[in-house]
Amino acid sequence: MRLQLLWSGDAGLRWLSALALLALWQSAASIAQSPVLPSPVAVALALARLVMQGRLPLDLGITLLRVAASFVLAMAAGAALGILMGESRRADRLLDLWLVLGLNIPALVIIFLCYVWLGLGEVAAVVAVALNKVPTSAVILREGARAVDRELLQVAEVLRLSWTRCLRLVYLPQLYPYFMAATRSGLALIWKIVLVAELVGRSNGVGFQLGVYFAFFDITNILAYTASFIAVVAAAESLAIRPLERRLLRWRA
Amino acid sequence: MNALEVEVRRKVYRSARGERTALAELAFAVPKGEFTCIIGPSGCGKTTLLSLIAGLDRDFAGHIGREGAGRLGVVFQTPRLMPWLSVRDNVRLALTSSEAEEGRADAILREMQLADFLDAFPGRLSGGQQRRVALARAFVNEPDLLLLDEPFQSLDAPTAEQLRDLLVTMWMRLRPTILFVTHDLREALSLADRVLFLSASPGRVMLDLPLSTPRPRHPDSAAVETMRKQLLATHPDVLRGLVAGAAESAA
Repeated sequence: MRLQLLWSGDAGLRWLSALALLALWQSAASIAQSPVLPSPVAVALALARLVMQGRLPLDLGITLLRVAASFVLAMAAGAALGILMGESRRADRLLDLWLVLGLNIPALVIIFLCYVWLGLGEVAAVVAVALNKVPTSAVILREGARAVDRELLQVAEVLRLSWTRCLRLVYLPQLYPYFMAATRSGLALIWKIVLVAELVGRSNGVGFQLGVYFAFFDITNILAYTASFIAVVAAAESLAIRPLERRLLRWRA
Repeated sequence: MNALEVEVRRKVYRSARGERTALAELAFAVPKGEFTCIIGPSGCGKTTLLSLIAGLDRDFAGHIGREGAGRLGVVFQTPRLMPWLSVRDNVRLALTSSEAEEGRADAILREMQLADFLDAFPGRLSGGQQRRVALARAFVNEPDLLLLDEPFQSLDAPTAEQLRDLLVTMWMRLRPTILFVTHDLREALSLADRVLFLSASPGRVMLDLPLSTPRPRHPDSAAVETMRKQLLATHPDVLRGLVAGAAESAA
């Protein structure tokens, strides 16, 4: 809700807020005069240099691919599991404990286990990140499946809709708000966990590179990578997720 | 020729607290093209009966016979439109894709004075308009049997009257067999060829009243009022679902 406000609110105020943050950062850096708190200008220059060198776009691209693969995997598995549990009481009873377990295993443990069991490879990284997200999307979609309006399904039955038409026109539209919620929370989670997976077991990507810079206490480059990362997340939100949401939920307007 | 033959020996709802018999020994037949109203006190199983006939609930003892594999239309108590589909697409739900190509949805919506709302979402429509869309969806595939469950409840009187006129007009043109459930005696007497009175729960047919007064009959007209008075004079407790007359009470 607050994020929504930030996006759609008064543009002038947002610019002011951004400027205030930069000013605060700049003055803190001026006072500290330390390599561990570089100024915004220094970070911007570092970012420009990293982009020119080509290393940062490459890392960012690799990380984005891992995010995309994990996200698709997690949403598909989580949605299937959640809908199954929302529709079938027996499945819910059977799998609820697993879900609680999955929600509470620390992300780092899942990452370690995947690397140990599946080998230090790309598959293990993607699976580990996806596994972290499956339980939360399952929980959200389970709520959605439970909230599906049975009266509308009766309409589909009376009209003798084929199951594909019923799914497309009657059932899934009721789950769209839940899919969007799972997408939002899922991306937020996956963005962060994928860096940990890269730090622990990959030799490229944003997470790996941040680890390298950390070893040298190179805060300027760490912040430059962070800034590029935030820019990509914000772009994904405003260019892909919000337009999609507006289109799927336009009947609510 | 009967379009519909209903014989429900027993319909029971089971819950953790026990069993409740909703319908028992309920039997009637409806000739093809007839407009039949079913009236009964609340909780007598009217909605249950319709869901059995519609095939939404098959868990009962008895038999429902429908002529051929005719098309079915149902209008529920609430409009039950898909809020994410436009008015046109809501009506198209009832059509196969080749039928939808013929523009049948648009044609029936125009006939029902909804031409300005074809692309609107149902949320933008008034309650009366939404029910019009529900009627259009039920009529668009030209059903052989149309079931209506108190479809005009909770509408203001002029809107309900407009929709009743529309229903009778559509019925006269397409001649489906209609089963119309209501608890409003004036509504039943103004619409039907025949009124079936159900008893209090568990519901069964208590009185089968044929009507031959010519249409149109307005619910507030003198003709309907006369029918109502005559009926209540001979069967004073019929609306409460109580059995009247010595012969029946002995049963």
